[in-house]
Amino acid sequence: MKYVLMFCETEQWEKDWAAMDQAGRDAGFAKVQDWLARYSDRITHNRKLSDAHTATTVRLEAGGPIVTDGPFVEGKEVVSGYVEVEVADLDEALRMAKEWPACPLVEVRPVLM
Amino acid sequence: MNGRAETELARVVRDHAGRLAASLVSLLGDFAAAEDLVSDAVLAALERWPVEGVPERPDAWLFTVARRRGVDVLRRQARYRDKLAQLRWPAAPEPGDRLRLIFTCCHPALPRESRIALTLRVVCGLTTTQIASAFLVRESTVAQRITRAKRKITDADIPYRIPSADELGERLDEVLAVIYLLFNEGYLASGGEVTERRDLTEDAEWLAGLLADLMPAEPEVTGLLALIRLHRARAAARFDAAGQLIRLSDQDRGRWDHEGIAGAIRLLTRAARHRRPGPYQLQAAIVACHAEARTWADTDWPQIVLLYDLLLAHAPSPVTRLHRAIALSHVAGADAALAELATVAGQLDRYHLYHAARAELLRELGDAGRAREADRRALELTSNPAEEAVLRQRLHEG
Repeated sequence: MKYVLMFCETEQWEKDWAAMDQAGRDAGFAKVQDWLARYSDRITHNRKLSDAHTATTVRLEAGGPIVTDGPFVEGKEVVSGYVEVEVADLDEALRMAKEWPACPLVEVRPVLM
Repeated sequence: MNGRAETELARVVRDHAGRLAASLVSLLGDFAAAEDLVSDAVLAALERWPVEGVPERPDAWLFTVARRRGVDVLRRQARYRDKLAQLRWPAAPEPGDRLRLIFTCCHPALPRESRIALTLRVVCGLTTTQIASAFLVRESTVAQRITRAKRKITDADIPYRIPSADELGERLDEVLAVIYLLFNEGYLASGGEVTERRDLTEDAEWLAGLLADLMPAEPEVTGLLALIRLHRARAAARFDAAGQLIRLSDQDRGRWDHEGIAGAIRLLTRAARHRRPGPYQLQAAIVACHAEARTWADTDWPQIVLLYDLLLAHAPSPVTRLHRAIALSHVAGADAALAELATVAGQLDRYHLYHAARAELLRELGDAGRAREADRRALELTSNPAEEAVLRQRLHEG
């Protein structure tokens, strides 16, 4: 069964990250590398996205498409990356998500097709 | 049908429908399809057994109905239909099947209300109508919760298995929480009047008993079973003939089921031998202190305060601190207890029992004015008729 794990950053997490020194950030990256290595046989796809300020949203309205600056949900939580995994069931996907060592929110969704 | 026959029928359905569900989910590998078949069979049983009598082998009867229906409705799904057609009953149900069923129904990826509804329907064999009337919610609400939960189990691939050792503790806590919520719902809803509502405390006891049989090495499961039994053994003395709630201090302890209490305490002792105390064992131990006291005056309050301290160390909560403060008032006086209560004032301002407890302590200290004020606040916040009546009476007298 395929799932996508969507990683979300919160305002607080971003602030904490910005306040961190280089050694702290290196340690953070290393933890993520460890996680990716640990599950390399299950991860079929892995992408980190650019910051939310680079996002542009296209709304397909009746009167024609409207292009606006920013992510589609103007919220405090922003998707910052995702992995696609091939695992036995939801429990296995949840276990991976629980061990994710970086940003504090992970949404887990089955891939339909 | 009289009340007893109805209870008996519910018991038979609960026992056999749950077993059939466990076997069919295992066999078909499709939770939703199996659940549909079983709940149809249960509806048929509830319609026909009261008229024709309970069959000699209720499990085989339910199975036959489920299979006939299954071969019929699963026509397009040859895979299931063939499996079903080949199945003979009794299909030696593995104890693990029932456990798997419980863990799937109580999966943390499902919303909590759905876990309760699903457990009642799939594990205990209740109909949607029975669940709705037990929780005083609309039938369509229950039906929707169950449909959504089943869809999520299928679409998100929630597994049908017992969690692995490293997850078992956490997942078992979720199952125990569902059973405890169910018990509380039934306990608080009960009244002195003869009620048409199903006694959910009995379902909760049955579930806890089933789980304790299946997981004898888990002391918290045994602890929860002991806790439920200790409460149920004293339920008869909780209300007077007019349906008024009787306070523990005024209850006729002769009406308690002392044999039931002794049995529950033996269970608790057995659980304690594992030397892995937890919130349910500790709560049961506290209730046991009350249940063992021959009179209100005999209550071992210092022991109760000690047990609350242990409970707070395991599971800190403002409500537990409130209860500890009440116990403390019997050891160290109302002043000390009020000072304790003040530390949780902010967190419990919207909780009626906090104000009711304050009222009692203030009254003990001779502050009738502030006591009335606190009782009034408690009355504003409660929606339970039995508790409302007690508070009204107190305001009337004081």
